Amino acid sequence: MTTSSKDPVLVVIQLSGGNDYMNSVVPYADGHYHDARQGGLRIGADEVLKIDDEFGLHPTMGPLKELYDQGDMALIHGVGYPNSPRSHFRSMDIWHTCEPNKVGTEGWAGRAIRDLDPAGENPVTGVYIGQGLPRSLVVSGVPVASVADLSTYGLLTSIEQEQQRDKMLGRFVNMYGRAIGTGAVREYLGRTGLDALKGADILKEGLGRYSSEVEYGTEQISRNLRDIATIHCADLGTRLFYTQLIGFDTHANQQPVFEKLWTDLSRAISDFWDDLRAHNADDNVVMFLFTEFGRRVRDNGSGSDHGAGGGCFVIGPNVRGGMHGEFPSINPKDLDQGDLVPNHDFRGVYSTLLEDWLRLDAVPIVDGQFEKLSFVDPLVGAA
Amino acid sequence: MSNHDEIALMAHLMRRAGFGADRDQLERLVAQGYEETVEQLVDPPADVPRADIDELFRYMPSLASGGPDTTPGAANWLYHMVNTQRPLEEKMALFWHHVFATGNSKVDNDNHLIAQIDMWRDHGMGNYRDLLVMLAQNPAMIYWLDNHENHKRAPNENWGRELLELFSLGVGHYTEKDVFECARAFTGWTIGPKMPRVPNHRFFFQYEFRPEEHDYGQKEFLGHRGNFDGFDIIDIILEQPACPRFIVRHLYNFFVADETQVPAWNIEPPRDPEAIEELAGVFVDSGFELKPVLRTLFNSDFFKEAMFQKVRSPIETVVGTLRMTGDLQGVQRELPQVSQASAHMGQSLHNPPSVEGWQTGRDWINSGAVVGRINFVADRVSNTELPGVRRIVERVAASNGQQMTADQLVDQCVDLVGPLDVSEQTRLELISHATEEGPLSWAGDDNWSRSSERVGEMLALIAATTEYQFG
Repeated sequence: MTTSSKDPVLVVIQLSGGNDYMNSVVPYADGHYHDARQGGLRIGADEVLKIDDEFGLHPTMGPLKELYDQGDMALIHGVGYPNSPRSHFRSMDIWHTCEPNKVGTEGWAGRAIRDLDPAGENPVTGVYIGQGLPRSLVVSGVPVASVADLSTYGLLTSIEQEQQRDKMLGRFVNMYGRAIGTGAVREYLGRTGLDALKGADILKEGLGRYSSEVEYGTEQISRNLRDIATIHCADLGTRLFYTQLIGFDTHANQQPVFEKLWTDLSRAISDFWDDLRAHNADDNVVMFLFTEFGRRVRDNGSGSDHGAGGGCFVIGPNVRGGMHGEFPSINPKDLDQGDLVPNHDFRGVYSTLLEDWLRLDAVPIVDGQFEKLSFVDPLVGAA
Repeated sequence: MSNHDEIALMAHLMRRAGFGADRDQLERLVAQGYEETVEQLVDPPADVPRADIDELFRYMPSLASGGPDTTPGAANWLYHMVNTQRPLEEKMALFWHHVFATGNSKVDNDNHLIAQIDMWRDHGMGNYRDLLVMLAQNPAMIYWLDNHENHKRAPNENWGRELLELFSLGVGHYTEKDVFECARAFTGWTIGPKMPRVPNHRFFFQYEFRPEEHDYGQKEFLGHRGNFDGFDIIDIILEQPACPRFIVRHLYNFFVADETQVPAWNIEPPRDPEAIEELAGVFVDSGFELKPVLRTLFNSDFFKEAMFQKVRSPIETVVGTLRMTGDLQGVQRELPQVSQASAHMGQSLHNPPSVEGWQTGRDWINSGAVVGRINFVADRVSNTELPGVRRIVERVAASNGQQMTADQLVDQCVDLVGPLDVSEQTRLELISHATEEGPLSWAGDDNWSRSSERVGEMLALIAATTEYQFG
């Protein structure tokens, strides 16, 4: 497989805990919003960053408002699926596996990586920045590099002397390369180990090639996006990046927590795009933000409880900026158990990204045909 | 049997029936005898203690309970596994957690997972019929498989189906009609009080039988007809020849050698059909007692011949390493953090991926997990400050006088982390590595210090071998 810097790249940011979409994209002109949000969560019409006569972004999202005004950010309203279980883990599982009715074990992003690199030639086609591997990325036999911190990533990192470590890794390659003919499981282990090490080597080499004028923040999400920019700018053939920001489960004390999350996230995203632009590496990237569910319409005094319908953000120069889909009614008579009723299946959002952006067949990845929305233009000049 | 073979066999027993043992302990156990050791594992004397849980809760009371987050509960269990002197109890609790897989992802009230695991620890080597009754009345399981939604007028089949498919018989040994009738028999086996959950507090559920929700009508189940309730259903299940075979195949898969994944068991014959028949016979003859089956299993030739026929699970990797190196002994504030190491390798305790439990064997391996598991072990075995590593260094140093060749270093290290069974190619690779820096000397402090560092490095390299990933 040949990859060029002009292959489309997807960066997924998972907002874990259930982002309060209604306080991210605020229907400030709707009286029902002001009725529902009383406990310090209400964002007044004079506070929101207005994007039109009905909606405004949360005041902490200044850097994102700029992207929106440039036409580089799409807001996708009303995303979810029927019978939301309102449990974090189960909901996240559903988003990860595209299996709302039974418990699935394979992840949609892992399947996408397999289809992007069917022969498994590049062990860094998919890269996760974080601990472990979310189920969205797990498919047996599909290598995904899982990087907690790019600057210290690798095997046998406790061996401090680099020369010594290199020698040991040389032995590792010899030993794992010779696992052929030792039985199916050891062969598979041998290949997986070599993929992991090769991935680590490729990433390390990429680290050496990157330098940047952009000064990122010190928060985890800034460091994670900086790692993604590093790998992307080094042109290592990575097509799908994935990371997460945790802490959106704001049952109590939402206001300051939510403000900090979105302040950090907005800055990190803005720095990331500045960095990519400075490296002339932004035009083949789409960034996608999702969360497992939105939150209860009526607040609980200091926070908000688990809800159903939420929304997604899609950012990049090829994105058709603006609002897509329909913001669900917040009139109490239209709510389902106090929650927004989603009107766009999340698998349709994935399908748009997979087909219109990554040029994959979405049906086997999301297990079915779902309505797409036109929020992204295909990459011009791509192979 | 040579002394080396006896040590290797004892190490195999202790890896499988426990979480490994260091060389001092292996030597003591060999002196005591294999069968006697099996007996102590299966039926430990009353004065052999578990981990001191009161001590844990005195210093870390938050690990006694949990809500949506499984970290406190996983740390609690990790403490048990690292510190117990009754390791087979913990292994059996883990076994039942694999088979009767219940996840806090849905239960969302980890107090109940903690209580469920405590129950497997207390009764996991008891009687299987008792376990099925406990399971059917366990609040975490009832909630996990929706039996609180199983009403006379609107039966919910989730629990009824999984009881047959995953907890007793396996696919292919019942009909859809049996599933429905089974569900009917368990109507009214529910939980209370139904109190709403709030973010930081969860009410404790209790098992309740509600006669008004129970279907007292006649049922037809697996060829029997009668006004059955859940107890009758369990008794009829136990009469099916498929039941003992299914459970002992799980035991074989967990303790002896990796089988194919469970959903394929009605298509793929067992790896060792004779072993399954033998264990199933013992299970039935004893009235479904676990101890006689475990005794037979660990004393059998098929067990003794199955060294390194299993991929180590993440939790075995973590606990085995901690116990071998003497890391994280007793109450340590890093327990919650380290308890997530196995999750990062693909095994999050209290949160199996589905009711089918974890896919084991080769499915433990992926590129993220491999880096995590090798580094977890290598970080610790190369740390010569840890008491267990220090003991290994001292044994290596004492093995060949003050001078030592590269071959001797490799053979000693391979021996002391297992004894591990490495291929000749792997051994030559390790020797080539050791040879680059020449022979070792243990004479004088400087030599000692450099040599012990080299032992640590060699242990780390061994931890990275493909062979080490099998246990």
